[in-house]
Amino acid sequence: MSTAALHVDHHADHHHKESFISKYVFSMDHKMISKQFLITGIVMGMVGMIMSLLFRLQLAWPDEQFGILETLLGKWAVDGKLDPNFYMGLVTIHGTIMVFYVLTAGLSGTFSNLLIPLQLGARDMASPMMNMLSYWFFFASSVVLLISVGVETGPASGGWTVYPPLSALEKAMPGSGLGMTLWLTAIALFIVSSLLGGINYISTVLNMRTKGMSMNRMPLTIWAFFFTAILGLLSFPVLLGAALFLIFDRSFGTSFYLSDIYLEGVGALENIGGSPVLYQHLFWFLGHPEVYIILMPALGITSEVISTNARKPIFGYTAMIISLMGISFLSFIVWGHHMFITGMNPFLGSVFMILTLIIAVPSAVKAFNYLTTLWKGNLRFNPAMLFSIGLVSFFISGGLTGIYLGNAALDIQLHDSYFVVAHFHLVMGSAAIFGMFAGIYHWFPKMYGRMMNKTLGYFHFWLTFITAYLVFFPMHFMGLAGVPRRYYQFTLVKEFDVWMDVNKLITVSAIVAGFAQLLFLWNFFYSIFKGKKSEQNPWQANTLEWSTPVERIHGNWPGEIPTVYRGPYEYSRPDREEDFFPQYIPDESAPEVLQPEETQKAPSEKEEETVETSVFFAAIKRVFGLS
Amino acid sequence: MANHTEATFEKQPMWAGGRSPFNVSYGKLMMWIFLLSDAFTFSSLLVQYGAQRFSNIQSPVTTKWPDPASIFNHFPFMHGLHLPLLFVSVMTFILILSSVTMVLAVEAGHRNSKKEVQRYMLYTIVGGAAFLGCQAWEWSTFIHEGARLYGNTFGITEQGYKHLSSVGFGDHFEWAIGDRTNGPVPFAALFFIVTGFHGFHVFSGVVINVVVYIMTVRGVFERRGHYEMIEKAGLYWHFVDLVWVFVFTFFYLI
Repeated sequence: MSTAALHVDHHADHHHKESFISKYVFSMDHKMISKQFLITGIVMGMVGMIMSLLFRLQLAWPDEQFGILETLLGKWAVDGKLDPNFYMGLVTIHGTIMVFYVLTAGLSGTFSNLLIPLQLGARDMASPMMNMLSYWFFFASSVVLLISVGVETGPASGGWTVYPPLSALEKAMPGSGLGMTLWLTAIALFIVSSLLGGINYISTVLNMRTKGMSMNRMPLTIWAFFFTAILGLLSFPVLLGAALFLIFDRSFGTSFYLSDIYLEGVGALENIGGSPVLYQHLFWFLGHPEVYIILMPALGITSEVISTNARKPIFGYTAMIISLMGISFLSFIVWGHHMFITGMNPFLGSVFMILTLIIAVPSAVKAFNYLTTLWKGNLRFNPAMLFSIGLVSFFISGGLTGIYLGNAALDIQLHDSYFVVAHFHLVMGSAAIFGMFAGIYHWFPKMYGRMMNKTLGYFHFWLTFITAYLVFFPMHFMGLAGVPRRYYQFTLVKEFDVWMDVNKLITVSAIVAGFAQLLFLWNFFYSIFKGKKSEQNPWQANTLEWSTPVERIHGNWPGEIPTVYRGPYEYSRPDREEDFFPQYIPDESAPEVLQPEETQKAPSEKEEETVETSVFFAAIKRVFGLS
Repeated sequence: MANHTEATFEKQPMWAGGRSPFNVSYGKLMMWIFLLSDAFTFSSLLVQYGAQRFSNIQSPVTTKWPDPASIFNHFPFMHGLHLPLLFVSVMTFILILSSVTMVLAVEAGHRNSKKEVQRYMLYTIVGGAAFLGCQAWEWSTFIHEGARLYGNTFGITEQGYKHLSSVGFGDHFEWAIGDRTNGPVPFAALFFIVTGFHGFHVFSGVVINVVVYIMTVRGVFERRGHYEMIEKAGLYWHFVDLVWVFVFTFFYLI
C-alpha cells in the first residue's frame, strides 16, 4: 500500500481514465465509498421503515383485513392479516436494520469515510483497499440479511437482541431456524466490515493529519468519529465471542446459554449447565457502546453544522471533546442497566445505576453547549441547521427519560414497556437519523457538487419532526400504563382498549412520516443529477473539506495539501471583515504554522525527544483546556 | 509512506500534524489496533470460560471441575505413563521458541540481511506448524478419551464416588463411560472452542508467515528497502504467543 499512497501523492493532479468498475463499483476512493455506504444505508433505511409501517398497521387495526398485504406478503398475511410470527420477524429485522445497517454503517460509514480524509487534509484513508473491503463486507451482510426475510420459515424473530434460548433452539419458533442462521451470518460479516472500517478510521486520524492539524484543531466531527471507531473496535469483538458460542449452541450441541428448558411442555431438553444471562451480559457489553456508536457521529455532525450556521464558535470546544471522552468511557461500564430484571444482585444493580446516571453529566454538557452556541447566534435556518436543532430537541426530550429508566427501581416497572420504546426511539433513533439528515443536507454539495432543494428540505424537516414526536411521545404514556412492547395485538386485554385511538394516531403519523421521507428521496436523487450547481464553499464554513475543488478528484487537492493555521470554529471574529476564517488561510500577522513554544531551531537528536514529549503534554493540556 | 513523511517533517512536533505521532507507519499502527481488538475477542471467550466455570455451583459434585493434570497426562509413544502436563509444556516451549526465532528474523530485517530473515522465518514457520501438529494430537487424544461438545465424561473417579456416596451426595451424578462419572458439561466444549480459536489464530499466523517468507525469498522487501512486513507479522505472532500464555494458564494450570 505504501506505494499506492506515494503514487497518490505524486500523481494527484493527473487524471487517468478509470473504468466503470473501478470508479463506481470496486472503488478505492474514500468519497465514492462514502456514497456507496450512504446509498446502501438509504435503501436499508427504506426497508426498515416499510417494515415498521407494516407492524404499525397491525397494531392500529388488529382485526382489519388489508387485501394489499396478502398481495404483497402472500402467506405471511393470509386474508390481509399479518401473521404473528412474521410480525415478530418484522420487529426483529426492523431493529437490526435500523441499529446496525442504517445508523451504524449508514451514518458512521458514510461520514467517517467522507470527512476524515477531507477534514484532516489527507489524500485518502490510510488503507483504501481495506476501506473498499469494509464496504463490500457491509454490502454482503446487507444482502444476507435481506435474503433472510424471504426464507420459507421467516426471518429471525427473537427481537434484535436475539436472546437465547429463543434464538438458540431451532424448535423455539419458526424464525429460529434458517432465518436465525442467516442473521448470525449477516452480523458476522457486519462485524468484519466494522472492524476493517474502524482500524482504518483510527489510524487515519492519528497518522494522516496534514501539517498544522494538531489534535486540538480537529473539527468535532472527527473527534466524534474517532471515539466512535474506538468504541466499535473494542465492543464488536465481544459480540463476536457471544455469537460464536451461540452458533455452537445452535449447531453443535453445546449448552453455554441453555439450561433446564422445557419445550412445548414435552420433557426437559438435554442441555444443562448454561446460562442465558451470560449471553445478555456479553451482548450488552456491545449493545450499550453501540447506542453511542450510533449517537456520537450524529452529535459530531451537529456540532459542526450548528457552529457553521449560527456563525459562532462552538461553545466549549474542549468541553465537547472531554464529554465525548467521558461518554465513551462510561459507555463500557453501564451495560447492566439493560438487565436490571435478570435477577442481578441489587448492589450490582445500584452500581450500574449510578454509573448510568453519571452519563447524564457529559450528555448535559453537550446539550447545554449546543444551546449556548445557538444563543444570540446569527442563525441561518437551512435544512441542515433545522435538522441539527431537531437533534438537540430529541436529545433532550429522549435523554430526560433515560434518567428515569436508569433507575433500577423504576426500570423494574418500565422494563420492556412502550416507555422504553419511546425513550430509545427519541434519543438514539430520531436524534441519530436527524443528525444523519443534517449531514446529508450539509455535505451533499461536497459529495455530488450540487445543492439539494431547500423548500423540499423544509417540508421534509417539519413533517418528520412533527410526526416523530406524534409517533413516539404518546408511547411514554402507554408505557407508564404498562403496555408491553413487542406484542402482536392488544385486543385480548381489556385494560389496553383505551389505547386503541392512540395506536391509530401513532400509525397515521408514522404513515405521514413515511411519505415525508419520499420527499427526501425525491430531493436526494433528483438533486444528484439536476440540482443547482454548488459553489466551492456554499455554507461559508471553516473546515478543510471546502478548500477542495467542486469537481471531486482522486487525491482531493489538485496541488499541495493545505496547511492548517487555526481551529475549525473561528466564526465572527471581531478583527475580520468576513464572519468566517477558514483553517487553511494563513494569518497575516503570524505567518508561522506553529505556536511559538512549539517551533524550535533544529534541536540535536537527544533534545528532540524531550521537546517532543513536552509538546505532547502541552497538546494534551490544551485539549483539556489547562493552558 | 512512513519514511516519506518522516523524512519531510522530521522536525515537526509530534501531535501537530503532518507526521505520525508515534513514528510508525500506518500499517504497523493498524496491526496494533487490530491486536487490541483481538485481545477483546479473546477476553470475551475467557470471561465466558470464567463465568461457566465459577458461577455454576448448585451442586458441589456435578460441577466439580476436572483436574487438568489428571486428564492431559499423555505423551506420544509413552503409553500408560502418567506424565501430567508434560506434552502441553513441550507445545508451549515450541511456541515460545518460535517467538524467539521471530524476534531474530525481525532483528535481521533491521540489518536488511535477507539470508538471515529467510532462515529465521523458516524456523518460525516450522515452530508454528509443529505447535499445530501437537495441538491436533492433543485434541485427538482428548476426543479419544471421550471428550465431547455436548457432554463431559471427566467426572469423579470410582474412589471419589465412594467417598461422596458415604457423605450423601451419591445421587448427584451418573456413570459415564469407563471408570468415571459425568462432570460439568461445558468443560470440554470450552476447551475445544477456546483452544480451537487460538489454534485458528496460529494457523492464520503460519499462513501469514509463509506468505511473508515467500515474499522475502522473492526479494520483494529487498527491493522495497525495508523489512517492515516482517515486523508486522512478528507483532501478530507475538500476540498469538501471548494469548497462548493465558489460554494455557486457564485451561491447564488453574
